[in-house]
Amino acid sequence: MTTTSELPETAPETRYIGKPIKRREDPRLMTGQGSFLDDIRLPGMSYAEVVRSPYAHANIKMIDTGAAKSMPGVLGVFTGDDFMDINPLPCAWQAGKVTNNVNTPRVLAVDKVCQVGDPVAVVVAETPYQARDAAAAVDVDYEELPAVTDAKATTADGAPQLHENAPNNIVLTWECGTDADSVDAALKAADVHVTEEIRNQRLIPTAIETRGSIGRYDPGTDEYTLWETSQCPHVHRLLLAAFVMNIPEHKLRVIAPDIGGGFGQKIFLYWDMPLVLALAKKVGRPVKYVEDRSSNYLTATHGRDHVTDVEIGATNDGHITALKVKTWANLGAYLSTIAPGIPTTLYGRMVAGCYKIPNIHVDVVATYSNTAMVDAYRGAGRPEAAYLVERVCDLVAHATGVDPAEVRRRNFIQPEDFPYDTGVGMLPYDSGNYEQAFDRALEQVGYKELRAEQQRRRRNSDPKLLGIGLSSYVEVCGVAPSKWIGLPGEGWGAGLWESANVRVHLTGKIVATTGSLPHGQGHETSFSQLVAEELGVPIEDVEIQHGDTAGTPFGFGTYGSRSLAVGGIAMYKSLQKVKEKARRIAAHMLEASPEDIVWENGKAHVKGSPEQAKTLGEIALQASVAYDLPDGMEPYLDETTYYDPPNCTFPFGTHVCVVEIDRETGEIALRRYVAVDDVGNVVNPLIVDGQLHGGIAQGLSQALYEGAVYAENGELLTGTMNDYAMPRASMVPTYELDRTVTPSPTNPMGVKGAGEAGTIAATPAVANAVLDALRPFGIENLDMPLTPPKVWAAMHHAAGAAQAAD
Amino acid sequence: MAEAPAKIETQRITLTVNGQEHAEEVEPRMLLVHFLRDQLGLTGTHVGCDTSQCGACVVDVNGKTTKSCTMFAVQADGAEITTIEGLASEGAYHPVQEGFWEMHGLQCGYCTPGMIMSSVALLKRNPHPSEQEIRHELEGNICRCTGYQNIVRAVQYAADKMGESGAASAD
Ligand code: FES
Ligand code: FES
Repeated sequence: MTTTSELPETAPETRYIGKPIKRREDPRLMTGQGSFLDDIRLPGMSYAEVVRSPYAHANIKMIDTGAAKSMPGVLGVFTGDDFMDINPLPCAWQAGKVTNNVNTPRVLAVDKVCQVGDPVAVVVAETPYQARDAAAAVDVDYEELPAVTDAKATTADGAPQLHENAPNNIVLTWECGTDADSVDAALKAADVHVTEEIRNQRLIPTAIETRGSIGRYDPGTDEYTLWETSQCPHVHRLLLAAFVMNIPEHKLRVIAPDIGGGFGQKIFLYWDMPLVLALAKKVGRPVKYVEDRSSNYLTATHGRDHVTDVEIGATNDGHITALKVKTWANLGAYLSTIAPGIPTTLYGRMVAGCYKIPNIHVDVVATYSNTAMVDAYRGAGRPEAAYLVERVCDLVAHATGVDPAEVRRRNFIQPEDFPYDTGVGMLPYDSGNYEQAFDRALEQVGYKELRAEQQRRRRNSDPKLLGIGLSSYVEVCGVAPSKWIGLPGEGWGAGLWESANVRVHLTGKIVATTGSLPHGQGHETSFSQLVAEELGVPIEDVEIQHGDTAGTPFGFGTYGSRSLAVGGIAMYKSLQKVKEKARRIAAHMLEASPEDIVWENGKAHVKGSPEQAKTLGEIALQASVAYDLPDGMEPYLDETTYYDPPNCTFPFGTHVCVVEIDRETGEIALRRYVAVDDVGNVVNPLIVDGQLHGGIAQGLSQALYEGAVYAENGELLTGTMNDYAMPRASMVPTYELDRTVTPSPTNPMGVKGAGEAGTIAATPAVANAVLDALRPFGIENLDMPLTPPKVWAAMHHAAGAAQAAD
Repeated sequence: MAEAPAKIETQRITLTVNGQEHAEEVEPRMLLVHFLRDQLGLTGTHVGCDTSQCGACVVDVNGKTTKSCTMFAVQADGAEITTIEGLASEGAYHPVQEGFWEMHGLQCGYCTPGMIMSSVALLKRNPHPSEQEIRHELEGNICRCTGYQNIVRAVQYAADKMGESGAASAD
């Protein structure tokens, strides 16, 4: 591991921070004692099943619930008309400073459906099986309408129109960067001019736990409780109470139990959340709804789905001088909670990647289509941007004959350039040493030797084609300063700070709450490490609470790799406040002045006399019994912080993938995968590496396997796990990881965030490797997923064309 | 439209789950996974798909690795079943569980019960698997979080541990 010079020569010794501590949440999860949503059983529980549209676009002519109502065990059957007092779901992040033509889902569709799977009626019954039986007995009459599914096609004249207020199915048009005319001029002046259409196909997030919700209503107190699979329960409570259901916020409690993966899909507010609450009130029983996998694939959010026309200008020696980007972003049938923010702020403002590109102009057209809603999926905008700019680097290499590694090296932002403004409206990149991580990755993979081997094989027409793919990425994490991302700036309708409360109980045991929400990331471990380190207590004395809005400060939840860089810093600050108060109490106990108290090994003592020390437990007891405290001091060690970061953080790194392609079959073997990442300082390397592994698997799987496919009539052809290609253990390689450490100057812990890095970096690394292998065939670009039939066809097509030209 | 039966027909089954005998009335169409979860309250066995792909529901039925979403409860009449809840004995984790903990083989933990049950079975069939064999034999279990590398390590850890103690051969 390398460390940049900003770090002190010898880091102070730590007991917990930076250590690969085994996770504290594992014992319950590996013995079947976890409590996921579907594991929850309340007294009197009833079960909801929905009736879904088989058509992608249709008018609802009639719904007959009569037969369903008389089925055994049925407690009620309802349609959209029964819930007209519930507002459509809000779209909380609209693109800043442009018009957004907003259409969002209602709890149940009324009059019209816009995607296969749109819920049109709901049954509540005594058992899940009875609910299913009755749902099948609901009779719906539709008038089918023509459908459209492709992002570009949906804006064409004459395309079927989804919503009245969105002519040509356009949600918004948005731009950023240098004005288009200057970029055109720079493109004209360039030595080399390349154009390409780059597609970033639609993906289905596929957390192994699907989504679901349980609603309960207590008529005695007029209080609602919602259990839900959520990455941000506080946000959902606010949106549901204030915008959707018009109930007082304090009369709704939202609980997120153990969450079986989210990857973005569980950030959003969905129709079933208000629905189960309303149903619980209507039937007078708790109501559970859990979607099955097919329903999840149909109507929970998808990710990516961009089509981009890119024009590139470069010098003969590989300096990129201009980039003109026009992207069609398919947002699906309606707008999900933060959908417009993804292709604008998180994509458009990141297209510069790690490079100094003087002229960039980005146009984004976000569109509706008769498909599932598209919103943030692990990486959210940044993978699309990284894929684009990393393909651009290779296209420039191809056009100029400069080695792809050299193209990157010549364009990198340099360490002395930070903080660096890319000119496309992103906050300044905080810190980085891109070339250091890059060199390390190249060295580890043996880049020179691989290029030599490649030459040799090409000369000998080796049956296996060798491909080397590079991907240098930078991402924006730790979202975000409220001033920048909020309504007057990037259009997010709130702040994006995070909260933490730390309480040291009378017995010295510590309970800390965080507004962030783990769903696989191990916060209970890493946040405990932070608390135990700062307060000098054993980790066993620390409990991390999250996921319940009752009695905890508001928090924005977990996404955008923000938990540690925002939530962790909130915790850190609360811990400093606790320590400060404890210092004053210790001074009082030791009859010294607070300035003379030092913390060492978890104890407070007067400078120079460590033998007379007070433990945190002793101080907490004093603070709690409170009969001998400094004058005017409040009892108890209990501190809360709402931390609003001054900047985002910008992790980076280089991934290298080496593939071998069989000339005869097009089969692709992953030979090596090397990743050198820089996520700033690391609290738990075990967890960080795990995040990278999982992210890389998801990213490489986009390059090689995954893709949601719709038929022209809007039917989802990859509607089950039989059809959607999830990566399995035999389909992924061993990842060789290494790190450099460039602390973020943005926050006192120097941390950046690690949750999305792998996904962002891996897709271009693998795609570039495959296309690098195919270079002798003159193939410039292929659309992902790069399956063997596609690769085989491309090789044969190219060979045929070459022969014809001979 | 299908006519609903007037009353639910049930069938009586007796079976042993994690060493405990149960006699229960079940609908003939009830899936084993729903029986385990909803009727016996053993919610450690999960459901992740509806097409027998993900393996979150894997349990041991009469010594055979079984996707419990792909079997009716009535088919388990008379069977001996082990679920994730029955794996640790007398407070000691099974070496495979230990491996998953040591090697960070789980993140969200949703695939984990099925993954562990399949790994236990794989080590019974093949106490000293190669990395490739592990990857191949776990193809019926999908994990979205870990990228599989640490799951492979977890199984290797367990293989080593069971090899040392001779537990593998005694099993
Ligand atoms: S639930 Fe997916 S295989 Fe059984
Ligand atoms: S640990 Fe989350 S699916 Fe495997």
